[in-house]
Amino acid sequence: MTSTPLKGSDLTAGPLADGTATSVRPRPRRLRRRGRSAPYWFLVPAVLLFAGFTVVPIGYAVWLSLHKVQVKGIGLGKGAREQVWNGIGNYTDVLHDSEFGHSVLRAFGYGLIVIPAMLGLALVFALMLDTPQARSAKFARLAIFLPYAVPGIIAALMWGFLYLPTVSPFYYLLREFNLPQPDLFDGGNLYLSFANIAVWGGTGFNMIVIYTALRSIPQEIYEAARIDGASDLKIALRIKIPIVMPSLVLTFFFSVIATLQVFTEPMALKPLTNGLSSSWSPLMAIYDAAFLRSDIYGASATAVVLALATFALSFTLLRVSDRYTREDRA
Amino acid sequence: MSIHRHQFSRRSILAGAAAVGLTGTLAACGGSDDDSGKSSGPVKLTYWSWAPNMDKVAAIWNKKNPDITVTVSKQAAGKDIVSKLITAKKAGNAPDLIQVEYQSLPTLVSNDVLADISKYAKSAKSQFAEGLWGMVTLGTDAVYAIPQDSGPLMFFYREDLFKQHNLTVPATWDDFAKTARAAKKAVPNAYLTTFSSNDPGLFAGLAQQAGAKWWTVESGGKWTVGIDDAATKKVTDFWGGLVQEGVIDNQPMYTPAWNNALNKGTHLGWVSAVWAPGVLVSSAPDTKGKWRMAPLPQWSAGESVTGSWGGSSTGVSTDSKHAEAAAKFAAWLNTDPEALAALVKEVAIYPAATKGQSGSVLTTPAFFPNQTDFYDTAAKIAATTAASAWGPNVQVAYDTFSDAFGKATKAKKSAQFDTALATMQSATFTDMKKQGFKVTEA
Repeated sequence: MTSTPLKGSDLTAGPLADGTATSVRPRPRRLRRRGRSAPYWFLVPAVLLFAGFTVVPIGYAVWLSLHKVQVKGIGLGKGAREQVWNGIGNYTDVLHDSEFGHSVLRAFGYGLIVIPAMLGLALVFALMLDTPQARSAKFARLAIFLPYAVPGIIAALMWGFLYLPTVSPFYYLLREFNLPQPDLFDGGNLYLSFANIAVWGGTGFNMIVIYTALRSIPQEIYEAARIDGASDLKIALRIKIPIVMPSLVLTFFFSVIATLQVFTEPMALKPLTNGLSSSWSPLMAIYDAAFLRSDIYGASATAVVLALATFALSFTLLRVSDRYTREDRA
Repeated sequence: MSIHRHQFSRRSILAGAAAVGLTGTLAACGGSDDDSGKSSGPVKLTYWSWAPNMDKVAAIWNKKNPDITVTVSKQAAGKDIVSKLITAKKAGNAPDLIQVEYQSLPTLVSNDVLADISKYAKSAKSQFAEGLWGMVTLGTDAVYAIPQDSGPLMFFYREDLFKQHNLTVPATWDDFAKTARAAKKAVPNAYLTTFSSNDPGLFAGLAQQAGAKWWTVESGGKWTVGIDDAATKKVTDFWGGLVQEGVIDNQPMYTPAWNNALNKGTHLGWVSAVWAPGVLVSSAPDTKGKWRMAPLPQWSAGESVTGSWGGSSTGVSTDSKHAEAAAKFAAWLNTDPEALAALVKEVAIYPAATKGQSGSVLTTPAFFPNQTDFYDTAAKIAATTAASAWGPNVQVAYDTFSDAFGKATKAKKSAQFDTALATMQSATFTDMKKQGFKVTEA
């Protein structure tokens, strides 16, 4: 799935906050002193919630990941289980677990299909909506965005139904016209099936992000380009795309993270097929360990590894994109 | 960012600490509610159950026993409730009463979630078949739960289609294979049934019928894992062979496609349990009155043994401060005639208690109007249920089953069925060993 719009507004708030902070006029001394602690007061609820629902659980997960359960004898009744220190034992298990490595590779393979398709479509739609010739743009914008409003689990169930040969209307048509009927749950097709759901659901959101960036471009630039004899296509390629590049980078960045965390689509389609293992994606492997095998220690270690890897990847991407946009500005 | 960290004043920190203190107090207030039953007034018990309408049965008890009030809290079913209970136990607030599937009992006992209620409930033993009672004692002197319902395996088939295509109702598994081939020949796009990899319970029940003992405890205090024993291998080879031959379908159960197959008659039968009518009503609504139930095919002619699929019990948690009251309710719920009648009527279960299986409450299922002796036959079959043997990490075995057999059924290769069984054995054994159980392989 795509990232939530919340994350987007978090990032865009940064430069804005910077801008306003510098423009505040100096105030009388007494006021300023009293005002100095005010920001922290405003921060208290957020910090408390952040600590209570993010920092503490993460800390607990790390603590769990360093422990394991030790069973004594036949392990029945009181005192049969003891939580003991396991050092990095769970971590070496995770890193030696080839199934987990495969799940990460599968997630990347899925991302290779989803990200170009979704962002490409989002960009094309945004550019098309932004041209002066666009008719009923408001309706089209809403129509493209609407699938994003459908909860991921509902979308996955709906598509799952359409993928099943005996109940899908698409397969009915294929049969009627004697066309080949592919098995959408088989091997490589599985990736396409998931990617289709993600693209269907995520394109709208990314399109809105890019479209918003397009609308903020001053009209004078286009006028100047037209006077220079640039066609709409040239304007799109030479002016619009370079200017909205930061938005594209942003949406790409969110999509990569969302790809690593793919969970809803494979989880919802799993009961429909034999071809989907319970550790198909990294998050599924963690869910499986924690809630089906009741191995919260191993699951915590896997979760920490995945979080660190995501963090490292995000950091690298952010650095790269930062350099890119800075060069662009210069 | 423009926030200057060094300006963080002492006052703010103190204020923050005060705020934390405040939330701490609030949390404490919230927590104290649970203990209110301890002092005077009626004993209050909470009961985690996933069965629909269980609250209506509890209401009957509450009316008759004003001093012990049971509140039903509806939960997610089966495998999901196990990790939830283990977590609740860790937090020290597991509910007083718990609905537990038989195969989850050892896991919950191993995690110290279930209390030994033998002190209060030993007298209930006579009300149940020996095999069922064995499941709640785990072969020890303790009693960890009271059996509630059972799911003896049976064979369901489309009476009309069997007649139309001249198919015989199989008495043995050999006959079953013959019928599967004949059905495929008569209706090329149909199958007798499917081998599904998404419900390990059915496979476990079929292995149980063949005499498998997946987990056993030796007297010396040691587990033996024997999932790939001769009996289970026999069952695996049988189904793997039929799937490879193409006379048994390989799609999973409970999908829209599977419902469609049952409803449209492209599946002519279903190996299922006594609760099947309830599933068929919603999965195959157009086939009312066209099904018939027969005993499960046997491995050798003249035998009569069945396995079980599903079924659950009522246990008391170690966190309960009112174990005696809770055990009293559990015993009443599963042995009292009025409670059994309500369980059948409201919750639509097949009672585990022997007297509950013969009462007049069990009327012919509305979906099977053509089989008026449905429950008489069911009671006879239920009495032949083989003993089952569950271990403390059933969820690992089940989980591995779905993945390993999923691959095998997808590939339709009999050899892969054998590999899948070996994977199930090694994953289960390795997990127990890793956790520190004293364990050997059969």
